[in-house]
Formats: sequence, structure tokens, C-alpha cells
Amino acid sequence: MIQYRYQGSGFADWRAALEQYTREQLLDMFFQLLRIRRVEESIESRYHEDEMKTPIHLVIGQEASCVGVCGVLTRNDLVYCGHRTHGVYLAKGGDLKAMMSECYCRANGCAGSKGGSMHLLDKNVGMAGASAIVAGIVPIATGAALTAKMRDETWVSVVFFGDAATEEGAMWESLNFAALKRLPVIYICENNYFSVYSPLSNRQPAAVDIFKKAESFGLNSHVVDGTNVLAVREAMTTAIGRARSGEGPSFIETRAYRWRGHGGTGDDSASGYRDPDEVTLWQQYCPVELFSTFLTENKILDASRRQAMETHIDGEISAAFEFAINSAMPTERDLYAHVYSD
Amino acid sequence: MPWADALIESQSPRLTPPLKGRALSYIDALNEALMLALDLDPNVFILGQGVNDPSAMFGVTRQLEQRFGSQRVFDTPLSEEGLTGICVGAAMTGLRPVYCHNRPDFLLLAFNQMVNHASKVHYMDNGQTNVPLVMWAAIGRGWGSGSQHSQAIQGLLLTVPGLKIVMPSTPYDAKGLMLAAIADNNPVLIFEHRWLMKQTGIVPGGIYNVPIGQGIYRRRGDDITIVGSSHTLQLAMQAVDSIRHSYRQQCISADIIDLRTIKPLDKEMILASVRKTGRVLIVDTGWAMGGVCAEIGCLIAENCPGSLRFPVRRIGLPDVPTPAGYTLEQFYYPTAEKIAAVVIEMCA
Ligand SMILES: Cc1ncc(C[n+]2csc(CCOP(=O)(O)OP(=O)(O)O)c2C)c(N)n1
Repeated sequence: MIQYRYQGSGFADWRAALEQYTREQLLDMFFQLLRIRRVEESIESRYHEDEMKTPIHLVIGQEASCVGVCGVLTRNDLVYCGHRTHGVYLAKGGDLKAMMSECYCRANGCAGSKGGSMHLLDKNVGMAGASAIVAGIVPIATGAALTAKMRDETWVSVVFFGDAATEEGAMWESLNFAALKRLPVIYICENNYFSVYSPLSNRQPAAVDIFKKAESFGLNSHVVDGTNVLAVREAMTTAIGRARSGEGPSFIETRAYRWRGHGGTGDDSASGYRDPDEVTLWQQYCPVELFSTFLTENKILDASRRQAMETHIDGEISAAFEFAINSAMPTERDLYAHVYSD
Repeated sequence: MPWADALIESQSPRLTPPLKGRALSYIDALNEALMLALDLDPNVFILGQGVNDPSAMFGVTRQLEQRFGSQRVFDTPLSEEGLTGICVGAAMTGLRPVYCHNRPDFLLLAFNQMVNHASKVHYMDNGQTNVPLVMWAAIGRGWGSGSQHSQAIQGLLLTVPGLKIVMPSTPYDAKGLMLAAIADNNPVLIFEHRWLMKQTGIVPGGIYNVPIGQGIYRRRGDDITIVGSSHTLQLAMQAVDSIRHSYRQQCISADIIDLRTIKPLDKEMILASVRKTGRVLIVDTGWAMGGVCAEIGCLIAENCPGSLRFPVRRIGLPDVPTPAGYTLEQFYYPTAEKIAAVVIEMCA
């Protein structure tokens, strides 16, 4: 039985929006989407080798939210996320080689092999924090916004989390405080309808949309098609404008579907928790390919440009794997480093 | 609560000040530490339920909002976990929050942020960020505080890598440890004890630090080592003094070590003293089982078994929740008399 259907309307209504962007911006959005997809596929294809000894949470099917959001951020803006880190890290400009090294548990991984795939960080580009405790990062991102407000910093704090995070108390404690203090923080709820095997219907009353709850806390709150990078970006543009001009926090619920299992590789819907047809249905709304088609129809992308991108990404990915695999392992001394800060 | 004030007044040990100088109350010493820190560093801010209300966190945060403004000293919603996380995020981005709670019991709602996040961020990101966060709370005792308003939870946190835990026992230490905690680049928990708060002691003006991770000898002696912190350590000093002043007992001379910090522990000081005296009694305001007493007992068993002339003894709380009524309470808490009896038994 199909429980969760795509509710968006594709790219049909977005032709006018193209005017707002340069050709380069549009191509870059597509490039980011494609790159994240290919990185995820390459991790997936080599995971069985059991050399990446780290739990992975692939973002295949959900790429548009992190690309749409990070597209309007500057390097100085701070981004935080939960366990599903890969897309956000890459979209914010995180170093791919350091990410692969982290997945391969190498000393030069982006977290020195102390974080793993759920804690991809790159402070240089504002990839500032991640937590594997559902909703644990939400107050932390809110605290970063408090710093921005107290010190009159120009950056905005943005935090990604799933639908299940909105069942945790700390989530609402954070929204309450952010609204109270009008903090420059943007909450991105990536609603993929599942928490591991548990459908949203087991966890939240159907009649109340997540973004509505956030709205009732006093936040500027919207829901958007999470498969449509332009829709996400538009909502984010409004939110960031508000944050930068002191109008306070926003909440954006992006709805898209997780094509793979919660963790690891492949689709696990045959296990019975969701209908395999539901997955197939959502695959018709591919954030990468539908955008590709849209750009092609509008003469922004063509086959040779796309091929050039594919080739570039392939090369980058091979180099990153190569780099990671040939990097040194951490030593016993590393174990004891950074328990306390000086 | 006037009864609480009366209680603290009646129970607070009158110490001979260790130095000459200005006398200050425990509360004023803490208040002065916060004033100095706010004045010194614009990144310091103070928050907590009621920090700007008439009772001002027992007086510890008195006048701070008036002097430093409501941006830097503010009341909070009742969101212990959320606000702790907000402090972590603020600390990670350059601020130095001091989050005050009336009671450690309320910190139990914040364990996710303290244990899963604050203490581990620096490690998990391989040293890229740090969390200079101070969490302050005052342990209660008596007059019906009961199971949920008197817990000394330091034992629960002792096992968490990356945290520091300090437990002052004098006005001098309260100020110096507060300043040291704010200056530290790690999450530091300060557990005060309500019964210490009516003390007056010699407290120098201006900024000074009591070093975190170092204990101090409060007495020197040869017969026994007594090690502990906070209010129970003060009880132990009273106990030893009572033995010394009693006609019937022989003079017992004790090394009394005030740990000041229970994590990281000043292991060297403890072990050196035990190797000398051969007898050790460990006292703590928390439960004996699995807590500070247990850890120090094990440390000694591992490191100086050959020096012991008497088995290691500990005095903490029994493995029982705190009762509310005063009759049950008298069976529950350590007292100077109970401690003296154990010391006499050990040195007989
Ligand atoms: C506090 C907490 N409870 C449970 C878990 C186990 N867990 C890890 S991921 C996850 C699913 C969370 O779903 P959601 O927040 O919607 O994010 P998604 O995985 O769908 O991206 C769960 C239950 C956890 N990590 N933390």
C-alpha cells in the first residue's frame, strides 16, 4: 500500500524562477546535486568491501534540500546536522578527500577517525557540527545563533534534522528560545516520512503538519517540495533574508523520500516496513534527473556539458578513494589526544 | 525559604581563616567572581532560572543584570536540555556561558547535552572546536529536600571523559574555582553545597585562580589520610578536631586532603599521603557505591596495596534515595560524629 505520495508539482511552474539565476548558478546547483548522488553511489558500491568501517546514511533521493539550502549560504554561515551528514557536508563545501579518509578511518580524516561518517566536519567552510543523537544538534545550532546575535556577527546558523527529531523535547525547547530571542537560525526539517523502519503515522498525528507546529512556536515556517532544488532555494532565500535582517528564526520542512534503507546500502523495503512500489513511485521524482531535464529543456544544460560534469566528478571521486585508501592509520597516541582542550 | 537559611546558618562550620585579609561570605565570593569575569571578558554571560529575580540564585547572581545588562545576564525558559545545548553551541562559537541551576537534580534533564555533546565535541571533531562552558548547581540537604532536591550526582558524571568537576568547600575556593572554571576551555561542572554557603572566609579581592585538578592539604598528620571534598570534607575536619579535643582519646593526627576537583583527580597527592599514613578514609557528599569514594578506593587498591595498615574505608550515602523527613534523614547522612567513630576505629 502506498502511504506517502509525492505532493509537489515538479518543475512546471518554475520556468519564471530561472530568470532569477545566472546560467552558472543553475549549472552549479545541478553539479552539486549530481556530485552528491555520484559520491553516495560510489560509497554504496564499495561498502561491501568492508573497508569503510563506519555506519553510513545515504541521502540518495533527498539531495535537493542540502543543495537548495547551502546554495544561498556564504562560507561564513554555520551549518549543523544530524547523522545523515554526507549531502550537507558536500553541499557546504566540505573536502571530499577528508570525508573519504574519515569513512576509511584514517588519521587524516576530517575528524581524525574520531567521528566517522556521522560526524563529518570542516570548520574551514563552516561545516560546524554534527550529532548522532537525534535532535541533539538542534539546540547547539541555536546556541551558535545566540553567539551571532550577542556578538553582532554576520553569519547565520542553519541546522538539518529529520522528521523524527521533531518528536524530541529539545527540538521545541530550541524553537521556543530561538523565537523568544529572535535568533538568526534556520531549521531545516528533512521529512522523509520514516525513522529507521517507523513511518511517520506511527509517531505523529496525521492531522498536524510538522511545519505548522513550528509555526505555532512563533517561527516563520513553510513546507516545500524537497525534491525540487529551486523550491528549497526560494524558501531558503526568504529565510536567510529574515535572519540577516534581524527578523528571527525560520523553519522549512522539505518533503522528499529516502530511496535507500535508513542505514547501509540498497533499498530494504522488501523487509515489509514500506511498499517497494512506494520507492519506485518516488524515483519518478528524482531530484537530480528532473532538474537535469528541466535545465535541458530550457537550454541551460546539454549532453556534452553533463558529460563533462560526470567525467569531472568521476575523476574527483577516484582521487578521493585513492587518497583515503593510501592514507595512514591513526596510532595509539592519537586515541588520547583531544580529550580535554588546552 | 527562611527555614533553609536558618538551617544553613546553624550548620555552617566556623572555620579559622587560613590567611589574614578581607572576610567575605561564600555567596559574595561567588558573586564577586562572576562580576570580575563579566567585567574581564565580554564573551562571558550568565543564564539560569531566576538569575535576575529577587532571590538571585541564593544571592550569587545579585546585581549582575543591573551592572551588565539583560543581554549578558538573563533568565531562561524551563528547558534544561535545550538551554544546555544552546550553551554548548554558544561555547563552540566563542562565548563562555555560565549556566546556573538551583539544584543538581535538574541537571539530570540535561544529561544528553552534558554527556553526549558538551564533553565529547572536542574529541569527536579531533580538536577543532572546544566547549568552554560552566554549569553551576548547589546540592541541597535537609528540611524535606528529599529524593529530588538533594542529590549529589557527581558520581554519575565521574565516569564521563572530557568533563571536569569541581567541588569547592571554602569561600576562597568558591571564588578561585569559579574563575578557573570560566577560564577553562572545557566543560566544567561546579557542585556547591547549600550548607557551605553561609560561611565567611578570607577572600582576596581581584582575580585569582584555584587550579583545577589539584587538591590541597587542610591538615597535615601521620596516622590517617582523610580525602574528600565539599561539605563532607568540612565534617571530616570537625570530626578530627573533636577527637583532638577530647580528653579520652589519644591525639590522632590526620592528613586531610580537600580534593577541590574530583575530575580530573589529584592522584599523586592522594597516593603520596596514603603511602605515608597507611590508612585512608574517603568521604563524599554522594552515594558511596560507584562514586567518588569507590573510584578513589580502587585507585589506592591498585597503586599502594602494600602500604595499607588498615582496609580502605569510605563514608558516603547508603544505596538509598534521600528521605524527606528529618528522622529518617539522621540515619542517612554522614555527620562529624559518624566520621569520628570510624577514624577512631581505624586508628585504634
Ligand atoms: C535520541 C536518539 N534516539 C534514537 C536514535 C536511533 N536513531 C538513529 S537515526 C534514527 C532515525 C531518525 O529519523 P529522522 O530524524 O527522521 O532522520 P532520518 O534518518 O530519516 O534522516 C533513529 C531512531 C538516536 N540516534 N538518537
